[in-house]
Amino acid sequence: MGGAAVESATLAAVRERVEAGQRLGRAEGRWLLTEAPLLEIGALAQRVRFRRLPEPVVTFVVDSNPNYTNVCVTDCQFCAFYRKPGHPEAYTLSVEEVLARVEAAAARGATTVLLQGGHNPELPLDYYLTLVRETRRRFPQVTPHFFTASEIRTMAEVSGLSVGEVLDRLWEAGQRTLPGGGAEILSARVRRRISPKKGGPEAWLEVHREAHRRGFRSTATMMYGHVETPEDVLDHLDAIRELQDLYGGFTAFVPWSFKPAHTRLEKWIKQPSGPNAYLRILAVARLYLDNVPHVQASWFSEGKRTGQIALHFGADDWGGTLFEENVHRAADFVNRITVEEIVALIREAGFTPAQRTTTYEILRVF
Amino acid sequence: MLDTRKAASLESGRPLRRVGADADRDDLGGTALRFSDARLERIWAKVQAGERLDRDDGLLLFETPDLLGVGRMADWVKSRREGDRVYFVINRHITPTNVCVLSCAFCGFARRKGEPGAYEHTIEEMVAMVRDGVREVHIVGGHHPDWPFEYYERMIQAIHAAHPQVQIKAFTAAEIDYFWRRWRIEPREALTRLKAAGLQSMPGGGAEIFSPRLARLLRYTGKADADRWCEIHGIAHALGIPTNATMLYGHVETLAERVDHLLRLRAQQDASGGFLTFIPLAYQVGATRLVERPAPPTDSLRTIAVSRLLLDNFPHVEAYWVTLGEDTASVALHFGADDVNGTLEDERIQHLSGADTPAGLAREQLLRMIRDAGKVPVERDALYNVVRVYD
Repeated sequence: MGGAAVESATLAAVRERVEAGQRLGRAEGRWLLTEAPLLEIGALAQRVRFRRLPEPVVTFVVDSNPNYTNVCVTDCQFCAFYRKPGHPEAYTLSVEEVLARVEAAAARGATTVLLQGGHNPELPLDYYLTLVRETRRRFPQVTPHFFTASEIRTMAEVSGLSVGEVLDRLWEAGQRTLPGGGAEILSARVRRRISPKKGGPEAWLEVHREAHRRGFRSTATMMYGHVETPEDVLDHLDAIRELQDLYGGFTAFVPWSFKPAHTRLEKWIKQPSGPNAYLRILAVARLYLDNVPHVQASWFSEGKRTGQIALHFGADDWGGTLFEENVHRAADFVNRITVEEIVALIREAGFTPAQRTTTYEILRVF
Repeated sequence: MLDTRKAASLESGRPLRRVGADADRDDLGGTALRFSDARLERIWAKVQAGERLDRDDGLLLFETPDLLGVGRMADWVKSRREGDRVYFVINRHITPTNVCVLSCAFCGFARRKGEPGAYEHTIEEMVAMVRDGVREVHIVGGHHPDWPFEYYERMIQAIHAAHPQVQIKAFTAAEIDYFWRRWRIEPREALTRLKAAGLQSMPGGGAEIFSPRLARLLRYTGKADADRWCEIHGIAHALGIPTNATMLYGHVETLAERVDHLLRLRAQQDASGGFLTFIPLAYQVGATRLVERPAPPTDSLRTIAVSRLLLDNFPHVEAYWVTLGEDTASVALHFGADDVNGTLEDERIQHLSGADTPAGLAREQLLRMIRDAGKVPVERDALYNVVRVYD
C-alpha cells in the first residue's frame, strides 16, 4: 500500500499548493498528467477557475476562420489542408477575395476574423500588410486576428526583414493580436518528428515573445494526441508559462486533439485522442498555467458535448462560432454552430453565456 | 428468491480489487474530498458511513451546481464496488415489430398496423439475426394488436433451440403486462412459460418515469404503472429471472419525479432483490419533440452519478452509449457507471427516435471507449459472469 500512500500525499500536496496559490512544479505536473484521479483535478481546476473568475460566466466570440492560401512548402505530417506549389488543388486568394471573406463574416456579426494560411513563398510582405490595413479600414468592427507564428517567419524570409521588423510593420498596419496556432507541441523532439521544416520550439516562441514585447496579445495552442509523451507536454506548458512571466501577452490557452484523417501521421495514428484525455489536459492546463488568464473549451475539435463537460474541468471560454473553417474540414472533421446554439449549450451546462471580443472584453451578457 | 446483490460478486468470484487510483481513493477517506458546495459534506459523510441517502439528499444531488462533487462521490462508490472494471457484452438487439397499440408521446418508434414503415418480423428472420459470437440477445418490441402470446413463446423457443449458447433477455414489464391486458395471461404464467422456453432475464424498459402526472401528460396510462411494473419485476425475481430497470429522463419530468422514481426502484430491490443493472435512458428528441433540446451531457453525467448514490442496492449502473454518445459514455465511467451495455448490432428504437450514434459499435470501439477513461474492459455475459478481462 506504499504506492497508494505516496499518491495520496501527492494529491494532498498539489491541493495544498493550489489552495495557497503556489506554482506547481514539473513533478506535480507529471503526476497530474499521468496518474491523478480525473475528477479530483477537474474539481481543483474549477476551484482555480472560480478564484480567477468568480462569476459563472462562460464567454464566446463571434468569429470566422477563412484561409488565404493552401499552398505550403512545410510538409507537416499532421496536416491534411496544405497542397504543394503547383498542385491542381492549390489555391491562393487575391487581396480582394480575402476581403470578401472578411466582409461575409462581418455581415454575420463577426468581431474577429482568424485568418491563416499555408507558407507560400510567392506572396510578398505587402500582400499581408494590405490585408490588415484594408480590414481595419473597411471593417472597423472586425479585429484582424491574422497570421500564426510560422506565417510571420515566412514573411520575414520573403522580405529579408527580421521577425521583429515584420511585427512592427503589421502593428503599423493596424494589427494588435496574433492567433496561437502552429505551436503543436513545443518540444524539439516532437517537432523534428511531425513538422521538421517548421523549426524547433524557439521558432514559435520567438515570434510570440517579440510580439508580446511590442504589445501584441496572442493565444497559445497545443495540438496533442500524436507522438508526444507527458514530458513533451510538460515542456510545452513550461515554455508557455515562462514566456508569459515575461510580458503577460497570452490571453488564453487552447488545446485540441490531433485529427489523423488524410494526414501522413494517419499511418501510425488511426484514432483521435478521446474525451477523458482532453478533460485532463484542460484541467492540468488550468492548474499549471497559473499566469494565463483563460482556458478555452474547443467545441469545434472535441464536439459540443465534450465542450459542455469541459466547462466543469477548468475551461471558462467556449471559443468561437467559426463560421468558416477549412483545416479540420480537410481531415473530414466538420462541426457547425450558431450563436443561439452556443447560448443554449452554455446555459445547459450551468453557466451564463457572454459574447466577448478577441481580447476577452465582454460585449454582451445573455 | 433471487438476490443479485450477492450473486453478482459471488458468481464470478471476483475479489474487490483495489489498485491505483482506487487505493488512493480509499486513503483519501474522511475529510479529503472537498466540495465547492458545502451542503454536500453531510451527504459525503453518509456515503462513507454506508448510510442510505434520503429523498432530500437526492434532490440536493440533482440541484447542486457542484457537478464534480456529485461525480466524485459516485466514483468513490463505484470504485469501492468494482475497482477499475467496466463491463460490456457482445449483444444483439432484436425488435420483433414496431406495430404498437399505444401512442406514448415520447416514442418515435411505434407505428399502427398497416401504417407506412410498420414491420413485423417472422420467427425465422429473428433466428437468422443472431450471429456467431453474440452472447446476449435483447428482445423488445411494440405491443402488437394481434400476435398471440404463443408467438412470443415460440420466438423464444426457436431462438433458444437454434442458439442454445446465447442468453435471451426479453420483454419489458410493459409487454408482460400487455399479455395480460390483451390475452388475460397472468404475469406469473407468462414468465414461467417464457422461462421454460429459454428466457433468462428481462430488460428494464417500460418504466419511463413512475408518475401518474406524466403518464397522463405523455399518454402512457395504457401501460403498466409503477405498482404493476414493480409487481411484475418482483414476480420475475421470485421465479429466478434477473431483470434490469430504466428511467426515461430529459423530457418534461421534474427532478423530484426522478428522485421518487429512483427511490421506488430501490424499495423494490429491497423487496425482491433481482435487479442487476439500472440504466438511465436519455430522451431522444427526434420527431416527438417534447422538448426542444436533448438533456445536456452534464445532466446525463449527474443522473448517472445520483443513481449510483441513491441505488445503493443495485449491483450496476450503466452508461448506455447509444443515447449518451460515445464520448459522454466514456466520461460517465468516472461518474459512477460500471457498464456501457454492448456492441448492439441493431438498435432500431433509439435510431428511429433520432439518436445520432452509429449503430453496431464494434468491440474495438467499445474497448477504446473504456480504455480512454483509464478503465479495465471486462467482457461479460447477460448475467454479469466474466467472460474475459482485457488487462
